[in-house]
Amino acid sequence: MKDTIISLKDITVSYDGEQVLGGFNLEIHDGEFVTLLGPSGCGKTTVLRTIAGFIRPDAGDVFFNDKNITDLPPHKREVNTIFQKYALFPHLNVYENIAFGMRLKGRGEKEIKGTVQEMLAMVNLTGYAHRGVGQLSGGQQQRVAIARALANEPKVLLLDEPLGALDLKLRKDMQAELKKIQQCTGITFVFVTHDQEEALSMSDTVVVMDGGVIQQIGSPTDIYNEPENAFVADFIGESNILDGVMLEDYSVRVAGHSFRCLDSGFGRNTPVDVVIRPEDIKVVEPDATRIVGDVTAVTFKGVHYEMIVDVAGFKWMIQSTECRQVGDHIGLALTPNDIHVMQKSEYSGVFGDYSTFSDEMEEDRTASEEANIREEGDADEI
Amino acid sequence: MKSDSKLLSAPYTVWMTVFIVVPMLLVGYFAFTDKAGSFTMENILSVGQYSNVFLRSIWLGALATAISLGLGYPFAMIIARMGARRQNVMVMLVMLPMWMNFLLRTYAWMTLLEDNGLINNALAAVGLPRVHMINTAGAVVLGMVYNYIPYMILPLYSVLTKIDRSVIEAAQDLGANSVQVFLKVVVPLSMPGVISGVTMVFVPAVSTFIISKMLGGGGNLLIGDLIDMQFLGSAYNPNLGSAVSLVLMVIILICMGIMNQFDDGEANEAVQLGNVNH
Repeated sequence: MKDTIISLKDITVSYDGEQVLGGFNLEIHDGEFVTLLGPSGCGKTTVLRTIAGFIRPDAGDVFFNDKNITDLPPHKREVNTIFQKYALFPHLNVYENIAFGMRLKGRGEKEIKGTVQEMLAMVNLTGYAHRGVGQLSGGQQQRVAIARALANEPKVLLLDEPLGALDLKLRKDMQAELKKIQQCTGITFVFVTHDQEEALSMSDTVVVMDGGVIQQIGSPTDIYNEPENAFVADFIGESNILDGVMLEDYSVRVAGHSFRCLDSGFGRNTPVDVVIRPEDIKVVEPDATRIVGDVTAVTFKGVHYEMIVDVAGFKWMIQSTECRQVGDHIGLALTPNDIHVMQKSEYSGVFGDYSTFSDEMEEDRTASEEANIREEGDADEI
Repeated sequence: MKSDSKLLSAPYTVWMTVFIVVPMLLVGYFAFTDKAGSFTMENILSVGQYSNVFLRSIWLGALATAISLGLGYPFAMIIARMGARRQNVMVMLVMLPMWMNFLLRTYAWMTLLEDNGLINNALAAVGLPRVHMINTAGAVVLGMVYNYIPYMILPLYSVLTKIDRSVIEAAQDLGANSVQVFLKVVVPLSMPGVISGVTMVFVPAVSTFIISKMLGGGGNLLIGDLIDMQFLGSAYNPNLGSAVSLVLMVIILICMGIMNQFDDGEANEAVQLGNVNH
């Protein structure tokens, strides 16, 4: 494991008496691509702004290479930020935007020119040096912002939902581009997003947050395959979360039947949450398995069909390439590998089954969430 | 459609023709004619002998503009950083004096500044020597600053509140201390406000006549007074008055042209980007 470059110790931050972070601890290792992932208002932007120096924590310390930088103002910190709204200087052209940090440091004109050209090449904007930033598209502006930050040779780059304002296709391209830049430069990236897919595809380490508290830290595969509680399981991807009882090591009772599983160490007859991912469930004939139910909804998703199956009142979501019709009586087969057991937590029972699930609901929910993000954006950015 | 909009704009066209275009043409006519109505350059040429009045007007106007900018900029910045509700209160306070009559406010300054005015009486009461303030160039500049500073503060305030907070943070993030943030980001981005503030203070200050008449006494004659005298005063000579007005207009146009040169490049871009973002 590489050295710790940034470490937050017992950070407490409140806005207008409302505590956003309380006793928050986090260590970030040198050269890593770390993503802070969580719903809006979970405190992830606050963590980023604390590292950048825009927020002075009410309590706790920020360490940079073991040096306490809690009282250091932003302009003296060796970190740079990519802002959600780009925050380019509107009165300067692309060249001068990228040169801004170097000019402050009093670098020679020749060196500045070389670095600006190099940065422009890195973000594929060679030839744009003398454009005004107002003439650029959103994606181009964001790439200028990246070049401007990297020209400053930061030890750590902080990215505050930098792709949030871009359309889907551009966002995918920028994800790949950012990942490539991170690997080329070896700079530590701390990336904030509420998009779980973005987090999984780019990060070395994902920090899942909710309510100002870290729910889980781990590699993308760990987070997806071994969620620590119902919140993580629900937030990352789709999941069927069922009440279960751990009968003994490697044996769990769920959906009225006992199954072999790969988990141990919960003790005997312990209530647990059981996660079963929709894509792990195999659709079989009803007489070939113990879990049987009726298909209540089918949605074609391109790669697969998404089906809601009513199993004794609990609505399961399954994703399968085999299409079944609404009303079909089908069996669901599981292998021990498909069953993931979690400790009960405050989130147990919060995320129910898919009985209220419908495409329309999902769209409404997404729309209202986006509206929330826009509204809370200001609060989040304080 | 097109004839509709023409019809709609007719009242304005008539208004502008009657009250702006015709008077301007008349000023031009009078400036180049003598009392008998025949063409002459004499009026324009004789404006030269009042060059000291022109210089004094421009100098005092520029001084008042500079002081207004110096006082107004920090004030506008302070207001722009307040909470929304306090901002509204402060903007109202800035505009409050404008609700009172201009003459009345200037009279009030007379009673304050007189040799036996409030200030001197107060000084005498605490045993300090009296200071001669009324009828000096300083009093004229004070009057100009007092009357015109809201026109400086308001455009500055409006442009300063529009500067995106994240742009300032980006500058800090890139290593700029507070002085550098101010000089390299805030000042350039507020240039449109500076330009309009300077224009809105300088133009009326240069051409004022009431302020200099009431606070400047006889020794601080300004262009405005000169013009006033030609039309309403003892020296009745509308032809000369028109010539002076014409020259003043040309000088102001030149000044505004020079100011707009600063405005063109950077500020316009800033305004454009602002429009894109909002």
